[in-house]
Amino acid sequence: MSSGIVMIDNIPVEIKGETNLLALIRKAGIDLPTFCYYSELSVYGACRMCVVETKKGAIEAACSTPPQDGMEIFTNTPRLKRYRKMILELLLSNHCRDCTICEKNGQCKLQELAERFGISRVRFANTADQTPMDTSSLAIVRDKSKCILCGDCVRMCHEVQNVGAIDFISRGAKISVSTAFDEPIANSSCVGCGQCAAVCPTGAIVIRRNTDQVWDALSDPQTKVVFQIAPAVRVGLGGKMGQAQGENLMGKIVAALRRMGADEVFDTATGADFTVLEEANEFLGRLDSGEKLPLFTSCCPAWINYAEKNHPDLLGNISSCRSPMQMFSSMLKEQFKHSNRKVVVVAVMPCTAKKEEAARKEFLDENDQPYTDFVITTQELIAMIKESGFVFSELEPEAVDMPFGTMSGAGIIFGVTGGVTEAVLRRISANKSNGALRSLAFTGVRGLAGVKEAQLMYGDREVKIAIVSGLKNAEDLILKIKSGESYYDFVEVMACPGGCVAGAGQPAVSNAAKQKRSQGLYDADRMSSIKRSEENPIMMSVYSGLLKGKVHHLLHVDYQASYNERHKNLLKEECR
Amino acid sequence: MSQVCDYQKLDEILEKHRYDSASIIAILQETQEEYHYLPREAFDYYAQKLKMPIAKIFSIATFYENFSLEPKGKYVIKVCDGTACHVRKSVPVLDRLRKELGLTAGKVTTDDQLFTVEIVSCLGACGLAPAITVNEKVIGLLTPDKAAEILAELKEGESHAKA
Amino acid sequence: MQKLKNREELQAKSRFYKETLEKQKVKILVCAGTACVASGALAIYDAFLKLLQEKNIDCQLTLDDEKEKESIGLKRSGCHGFCEMGPLVRIEPWGYLYVKVQPEDCEEIVDVTVLGGRCLDRLTYKTEDKAYKTQEEIPFYKRQHRMVLQNCGHIDANSLDEYLAIGGYRTLEKALFDMTPEDVLKEMDAANLRGRGGGGFPTARKWRQVKRQTAEKKYVVCNGDEGDPGAFMDRSIMESDPHRLLEGMMLAAYAVGSDEGYIYVRAEYPLAVTRLNRAIKQAEAMGILGDNILGTDFSFRIHINRGAGAFVCGEGSALTASIEGKRGFPRVKPPRTVEQGLFDKPTVLNNVETFANVPMIIENGGQWFRGIGTDNSPGTKAFALTGNIANTGLIEVPMGITLREIIYDIGGGMRGGAEFKAVQIGGPSGGCLTREHLDLPLDFDKLQSAGAMIGSGGLVVMDEHTCMVEVARFFMGFTQNESCGKCIPCREGTKRMLEILERIVAGQGELSDIDLLLELADTVSSAALCGLGKTAPSPILSTIKYFRDEYEAHIVDKKCPTKNCQKLKMIVIDPQLCKGCSKCTRVCPVSAISGKIKEPYVIDQTKCIKCGACIETCPFGAIKED
Repeated sequence: MSSGIVMIDNIPVEIKGETNLLALIRKAGIDLPTFCYYSELSVYGACRMCVVETKKGAIEAACSTPPQDGMEIFTNTPRLKRYRKMILELLLSNHCRDCTICEKNGQCKLQELAERFGISRVRFANTADQTPMDTSSLAIVRDKSKCILCGDCVRMCHEVQNVGAIDFISRGAKISVSTAFDEPIANSSCVGCGQCAAVCPTGAIVIRRNTDQVWDALSDPQTKVVFQIAPAVRVGLGGKMGQAQGENLMGKIVAALRRMGADEVFDTATGADFTVLEEANEFLGRLDSGEKLPLFTSCCPAWINYAEKNHPDLLGNISSCRSPMQMFSSMLKEQFKHSNRKVVVVAVMPCTAKKEEAARKEFLDENDQPYTDFVITTQELIAMIKESGFVFSELEPEAVDMPFGTMSGAGIIFGVTGGVTEAVLRRISANKSNGALRSLAFTGVRGLAGVKEAQLMYGDREVKIAIVSGLKNAEDLILKIKSGESYYDFVEVMACPGGCVAGAGQPAVSNAAKQKRSQGLYDADRMSSIKRSEENPIMMSVYSGLLKGKVHHLLHVDYQASYNERHKNLLKEECR
Repeated sequence: MSQVCDYQKLDEILEKHRYDSASIIAILQETQEEYHYLPREAFDYYAQKLKMPIAKIFSIATFYENFSLEPKGKYVIKVCDGTACHVRKSVPVLDRLRKELGLTAGKVTTDDQLFTVEIVSCLGACGLAPAITVNEKVIGLLTPDKAAEILAELKEGESHAKA
Repeated sequence: MQKLKNREELQAKSRFYKETLEKQKVKILVCAGTACVASGALAIYDAFLKLLQEKNIDCQLTLDDEKEKESIGLKRSGCHGFCEMGPLVRIEPWGYLYVKVQPEDCEEIVDVTVLGGRCLDRLTYKTEDKAYKTQEEIPFYKRQHRMVLQNCGHIDANSLDEYLAIGGYRTLEKALFDMTPEDVLKEMDAANLRGRGGGGFPTARKWRQVKRQTAEKKYVVCNGDEGDPGAFMDRSIMESDPHRLLEGMMLAAYAVGSDEGYIYVRAEYPLAVTRLNRAIKQAEAMGILGDNILGTDFSFRIHINRGAGAFVCGEGSALTASIEGKRGFPRVKPPRTVEQGLFDKPTVLNNVETFANVPMIIENGGQWFRGIGTDNSPGTKAFALTGNIANTGLIEVPMGITLREIIYDIGGGMRGGAEFKAVQIGGPSGGCLTREHLDLPLDFDKLQSAGAMIGSGGLVVMDEHTCMVEVARFFMGFTQNESCGKCIPCREGTKRMLEILERIVAGQGELSDIDLLLELADTVSSAALCGLGKTAPSPILSTIKYFRDEYEAHIVDKKCPTKNCQKLKMIVIDPQLCKGCSKCTRVCPVSAISGKIKEPYVIDQTKCIKCGACIETCPFGAIKED
């Protein structure tokens, strides 16, 4: 590890393992601007905003220069200011400048830096070709005219998610970021994870908004609007709502939704409790029979998309459990099926892929209506709250509605990587003591690491578990499993690195803040009097009532069968 | 759907490069030598066989100027606009070729798929400036009139071939 | 073919080929470089072959074909460099050089020269006042110092046998058996050979850095992506003397401890690819390339990668990315190529001419090399001399020669007797030199201080009729098109600089445009990611520096002083000559001409598109460009 002192603007700063000058400069309390640097992605060095000047007058990009003892650099010389301004002017000259009607207004890096550097004129005409927006995806919307070609989305899609749906096309002044043959993104290998939108500094890739439809439903007296709120959402909006980052704001969210006109508000953690029971059952069954192992989790819709597009042979290994959102939506629709009003279920999710999941054929009812009518992300919820004008900090917390008013801590920790696994382990663990419960937390299931492993005894059998988040990590693991290099009985996959707390529907934050969010969920679990899903008091009555004879119909899905069906149809089309 | 590609041929190319995705540029070059452009089916096929995102292959194909996504003419005429050719008046040669064939900067291939006219940065035949290549053959010391004669000869050869 | 198992076998083989070669009392060398082939050289070769057979003259095509007595050698040689005079035929032992040879000349050549030993004067090169019998007397060659290009045009470019016969791979043998890798590096240190690809980085230092790396796998990569428009020396070496390049790479590999090499060749050089591939096969068959070369522990393999049309791939990290099957995006440094180059392994990356210098340095020693050229830039440099000059072609001169010597002594002065104006050196990354630089000694450092660079060695000579704003526009158009688009300064900056230049040559520039150009140039040259971007503004900076008045003429007077810029041309009707016939009005595509019959017509300059149709139509020569 490197050590020593670098003089930054005449102030000595000690190197403590920083791999590049940018990190060191930021440590020194200087917010060096950049568009293309993310510590979790490879160094790209293309925006040239983070340039610094050496004592000899050489210009270097800080993001790609390793700090060395004795270096003397300057971050804010007249030359550097000139270059940064020129770069911003050049970017703005090709860029749509209708900031007020942009989805990213107020959160755009380009807008922020243009303001910071006082760009007051643009001397070049916008000669870029006007391109239509790509609205083909239910998860994201792409607008090339706002793209600054920093490549963050491309690297995210390739390096972290191993999807590679988008890449740089052409070169030079004609370069753009797009899909192969510039096809609509919906026809590509995109899995809807939305991580591209999470790293996009401008409005070039944004989350698809469904708030208007939700407002319409809320304002329609003939519609009964039923909300469910995913675990990660409650810890996702603190930073944007003037509250502490990672604070559990469930009560305030419930209150806000009621004031917007929600008829019923529930917690998706309740749905998750059903997932735990169903999935644990399924897992034990497979352990007994030894068939279709490892069992892969099915909660993450982007992972399901990924498996369908890249590993259809594994679909049989994926749990037949619907995701908590889908289990809960179908139960809610069942619960309110005799309502005299139209029932609309709105799911508030940390996730963009949930929008695609809600529209899947498997999750349409007999009348081809989706069980989950609309999915809005945490960011959209924030927008709706802001639009409503409530002073969020002053809202009094409220509880969710009956009859699904209880949930376990196990259901709540679904929002963080390793949570599903821990919840299932709580269920199948024979030892129900508090000590045993606590020790589960230390088996290796917790923490934001991309790949985690755990072993524990089930009877006299050692159960091997892997937990991955980030689809590249998933891919690497799958290849090891397929090659026989590794063996697991249970594999939890979450597409977004860190799990749902870091979902693309949440406001984008630093790794430290993601850590706080996950801590917020574990705190909620600790404070919960019900720790295990099977201890949720509603279980008994729901299984013997609403779910009686309908467990399979309402809680399960066969992705393998739908895949086969689709491909049969495809083959038919080709023959024609 | 009409099938442009002979998948056996594509397999041969892949085989030769041992299904190595690092050889994608050579694979695309050989594909283009076969079809004179890169048919779309080849992208789908290679993506599947090389386990590479199709966007990545498309990205590579559109980065390098030599790859074409459109079918090219039987005779590909490359007009050198390197420095040496430029100062020795390559542009009038290009203009004349385009005029004779009814082509423009945007439309590079004739409707009868006989001629494609492209600009290249330097053929390295600077001693013969201005120079062009017709398919791989270098022809140097051109004038607009000479260029027109070459076209006339090629056309004549074609009509003979037809007759 | 039996592989050579030790140095003695190589020496015996070389001796055998040398003796066979010496038995060729006459050698007919038909230049088969790209340019001469384009001029019909292959037909000349075929004509000779046919004639010699018809005349029952014992001729030898390869050295393997053993002859007891003396014979006549017929071969396709590499490029002589005097491309414009092609097809060229050289006849040894006399050194006669015949220019612009046609197939029908062959019989006379055979009768008069090959059999009669006399010079066929009508085919020799002539200037206004003099005819030159031998190649060595021709001014174009006389002032050159051919070391790297020594074999080009003098041996059969397709033959390993001939390369061995003239002592090829002797240096490799010497290194493998008599020298340690450190000895090789020491000679390279002493020679102070600087990279011929552009920057002039000391080759020995680069090699030492690679050698120092602990990684087991190391690569030697040859940059044959000679993309500078107007440069073709690397092509010529690859086509004419491929084994010298292979030998140079092998010496590098031996010195740094590498066992695998790549040659990245421009897509536009198919002949170079063919010849290199053949050379590699020949060397492998003989055990000079491959595993356990000449029975030693040293193993080396070479692959050829063809470029696919991207100038930026001449940049080191873009080139290695391209070999790895990626977009040719340069990457940020560090890590540098010597640390993490091809496939993230330590990599020696030099260009063709640099590697081609190596065998003679190891053979004759670094001190010998130091004796040529200047102190800080020893050795020679190959230049591609093109443009408005009498003799275009490939030349090799000692470093430190002046521009005047190149242009007037070797190049024979300006074409058509026009006035010299400037020379663009180093292609789109370089700058222009003007009359005031004619006596500047050309070497790495002197050029840099004059705001230019040797680059890969393109010298485009421009005469008084060349518009320097248009030259800047041309180069910016090139770089803009070749920018990879990765970093913002280069992608957006070159586009905007080109737009401004296009505006100026179209007469729509403003005075503030010059300052805006300089401002953009400063940002791009300082902040761009790679060398291509950093040097992209050079043509603009040097033309503004030396020819600012031309810019101002375009902007203020809306005139192109050299009358090159189409859109600034004015077409006028001379009222004295116009008879008012109205013919011109009928051909004008935009109805810009009006007037009364039998009275002088006038052109509405706001409508005129300067197509010139009226000029051609006017029967009285009354319409002309102003």
